[in-house]
Amino acid sequence: MSDSWLALRRFTQARIALGRAGHALPTTAVLEFQLAHAQARDAVHAPWDIDLFAERVRSLGEEVLILETPVASRSEYLRRPDLGRMLTEAARARLRQVQADPADVALIVSNGLSSTAVERHGLPLLQAIVRGYRARGIGIAPICLVANGRVALCDEIGSTLAARLAVIVVGERPGLSAADSLGIYLTYGPRQGNSDAERNCISNIREPDGLSYQAAAAKLSYLTAEAIRRGVSGVALKDETGGLLSEGEHGEGGLLGDL
Amino acid sequence: MRHVRTFKGRSYTFDNLKTLLAKASPLRSADMLAGIAAESEEERAVAQWLLAELPLTAFLAEPLIPPEHDEVSRLILDSHDSAAFAPISSLTVGALREWLLSDATSDAEIASIRRGLTPEMAAAASKIMRNQDLIAAAKRCTVTTRFRNTIGLAGRLSTRLQPNHPTDDLRGIAASVLDGLLYGSGDAVIGVNPATDNLENAAALLHLLDDIIRTHEIPTQSCVLTHVTTTLELMRRGAPVDLVFQSIAGTEAANRSFGVNLSLLAEARDAALSLGRGTLGDNVMYFETGQGSALSANAHHGIDAQTCEARAYAVARAFSPLLVNTVVGFIGPEYLYDGKQIIRAGLEDHFCGKLLGLPMGCDICYTNHAEADQNDMDTLLTLLGVAGCNYIMGVPGADDVMLAYQSTSFHDALYLRRVLGLRPAPEFEQWLNRMGIFDGGNALGKGVPSPRLLGAIDKLAREAI
Repeated sequence: MSDSWLALRRFTQARIALGRAGHALPTTAVLEFQLAHAQARDAVHAPWDIDLFAERVRSLGEEVLILETPVASRSEYLRRPDLGRMLTEAARARLRQVQADPADVALIVSNGLSSTAVERHGLPLLQAIVRGYRARGIGIAPICLVANGRVALCDEIGSTLAARLAVIVVGERPGLSAADSLGIYLTYGPRQGNSDAERNCISNIREPDGLSYQAAAAKLSYLTAEAIRRGVSGVALKDETGGLLSEGEHGEGGLLGDL
Repeated sequence: MRHVRTFKGRSYTFDNLKTLLAKASPLRSADMLAGIAAESEEERAVAQWLLAELPLTAFLAEPLIPPEHDEVSRLILDSHDSAAFAPISSLTVGALREWLLSDATSDAEIASIRRGLTPEMAAAASKIMRNQDLIAAAKRCTVTTRFRNTIGLAGRLSTRLQPNHPTDDLRGIAASVLDGLLYGSGDAVIGVNPATDNLENAAALLHLLDDIIRTHEIPTQSCVLTHVTTTLELMRRGAPVDLVFQSIAGTEAANRSFGVNLSLLAEARDAALSLGRGTLGDNVMYFETGQGSALSANAHHGIDAQTCEARAYAVARAFSPLLVNTVVGFIGPEYLYDGKQIIRAGLEDHFCGKLLGLPMGCDICYTNHAEADQNDMDTLLTLLGVAGCNYIMGVPGADDVMLAYQSTSFHDALYLRRVLGLRPAPEFEQWLNRMGIFDGGNALGKGVPSPRLLGAIDKLAREAI
C-alpha cells in the first residue's frame, strides 16, 4: 500500500512515504535499507590495500612513507581508539630518520572508518591538495600513509616531523546515505594532547554527491595559509571563516562519534 | 572499604566500592577501554557475589566521588530521603533484587522508595539482575508526566517524532513531520536535532513546529534540541519554546564538558515554567543520556559506564522532566561493542531510570561501525515494549539522514502497538482517531486521512513549485 503523500519526497532525502504492508514496511523498503547498511558495513570492514595506494601516490611524483599503529585488527581498531592515535615503536623510529627540512605541512592519509572512502576518493583528493599547496608555495613533508589511524595520530606525526601544521585525510564513519565520505582535519602546532577544539574539519568529501575534491582542496589551502599567518587553528580560526566553511560541514561525517 | 573473597584457592581483592561495581558490571567495551573491567569471567562473577552481599547502607557510607569535589555526588547525598529509605534500609543488594521481584511487594511500595534509593544502589541491583529481571522490575514502575498530554500511563507507548534534515531545510523537516503524523507518531514530542546550533536557525525551526501543532490542534509539544544556553536565549527573545533540552551525564566534570551545571539547568527550567505553555502539566525538561559519555569526556573518576549513567538520572530527577531517554547505541563500539551489549545497556538504563522515578524512553539505535543491525534493534524494541518503556524514537525509515545513525521507525512503533496492544497517549490517540489517521482500534485507518492534514501536504507541495 503506497502513501498518497509521495510527492513530499522531493523535499528531503529522509525515508518518508515508504508505504506499508499491514503496519510493516513494504519489501522494497526493507531491501533498500539492507543494501545501504550492507554497503556501510563493507566500508568499515574492507581492508585497505596500502601498498597499492602508496604505489599510486609515488607515481604522482610524491615521496611516501608507510607507517603503522599498534592496532592488530579491524575489531581492535573499533574497540581501542587510543591505539589508533599512536605509532608503533618501529614506525616512530622510521619517522625520526626522515632527512628533510621541517615542512609547513605534515600530510597524513588513513582509511579511518571507511576503507571504501579512501580507495575511491583518496588519490584524486591528494592530487588536488598537493596542487593547491604548491600554488600557494606551501611546503609538504613526505606523505605518510597509516592504516587504522584516528585523527589525533596526526599530532605525533606532525610534531616528530617538526611541521607547522598537521593535516590528516581520513575515511569518515559511514552513514546509510553515504559510505564513502572523506574528512580532512587540520591542526596548527601539532603536539601530543591537542584537543579537538584546536582542529578544523572539512567533511563530506565525495564526488559527485558531496563536496568536490577541488572545493575541499581550496578550503584546505585557504585554511592552511590563514592558520600559518595567524598561528592558530580550530574554533578561533573557524569563527572568522564561517561563511566559507558552512558548506559541507554538516554532511554524513560531520558528527563523528569518535575521532 | 576493601572487599576480599577467596574462591577455590584464588583470592580476589576489590579495593573499594567503585572498583567492586566496575568489576561486577556485565561486559562492555567502555569499561575495557577505561581499564576497569573484570579481567576474567570468574572475577566478574565473584564481584557480583560480593556486591549482592553488600548492605544498601554501604552506598551511603562510601560516596564514589568525594562530595566536596563533585556536585552530582552532593546532589545524590543531599536529596536522599531517609524516611523513604527506611523500609529497605536493612536489605542487601541481593535482597533488594528479590524485594523488587517479590509478589509480596506491591507496585505502590516500589514507587514509595524511589527517593530513598541512590543511583548507585539501583546500578548495583541491575548488575546482578538478568535481562528478564530488568524487564519484570521495570514493568512494575509507572512514571507519568504531563505537558499537553499524558505520557507513561500503563498500556501506553509514546513516540518522539524526529524529523531531522542535514541542512535544516524547513520544507524537508515539515515533510518528515507530516509523514510521521500520518503514521501516528509524535505524542512524546516533535523534536528536531538542528544541524547548526545558531539562534536564528533554531528560532525558525521552533516557529515551524509551533505552527504545525497549533494549526492542527495536536495535543503534543515541540522541542529543538539545542544547547541549554541557546534555548535560554531563545526564550528571552520570545521564541515558542515548549521544552528545554539538554544532554547530561553523571559527574560534575562530564557535565562541565557539556557546558552545563545544576544551577544553569535550574535557571532554564524556571524560565520555561514562567512561559506557562503546558496545558496539562509543568514537566518542561527533556534530557538525553547515554552510557560512556563520562568516559568519553575523560570525567568518569574510575566509575564504570553503567553506574555513571545511573548517576545522570539523579541529575535528571532533580528537574522533574517530561522525558528522559538513553541514546543507547549512538556513542559507538568502543563503548558498547555489539547488539548484545547495546540490548543489555538499554534494559539496564530503562530499569534504573524507572526505578528512580524517571519517565524513561530509549533511542534504540546503533551506528554502522558497531556490530549491530536492525534485527538487534527489533529485539531491544520488543523487550522495552514488554518492559513498559514510556517512549521510543520515530525516525523516517529508521534512518536519521542528519545524524547518520539508525534508530526506530514510525513503522516500528506500529509493530509494537500491534503485537503488544500498546496505545498512544490518550489525548493524542483521540486526535489520531478524530483526524482519521487511526481507525479507533489502535491501528492505521483504511480510509483517507483528514482533508486538513492532506491540505497541509498539498500546500507544502504547491509552495515548492
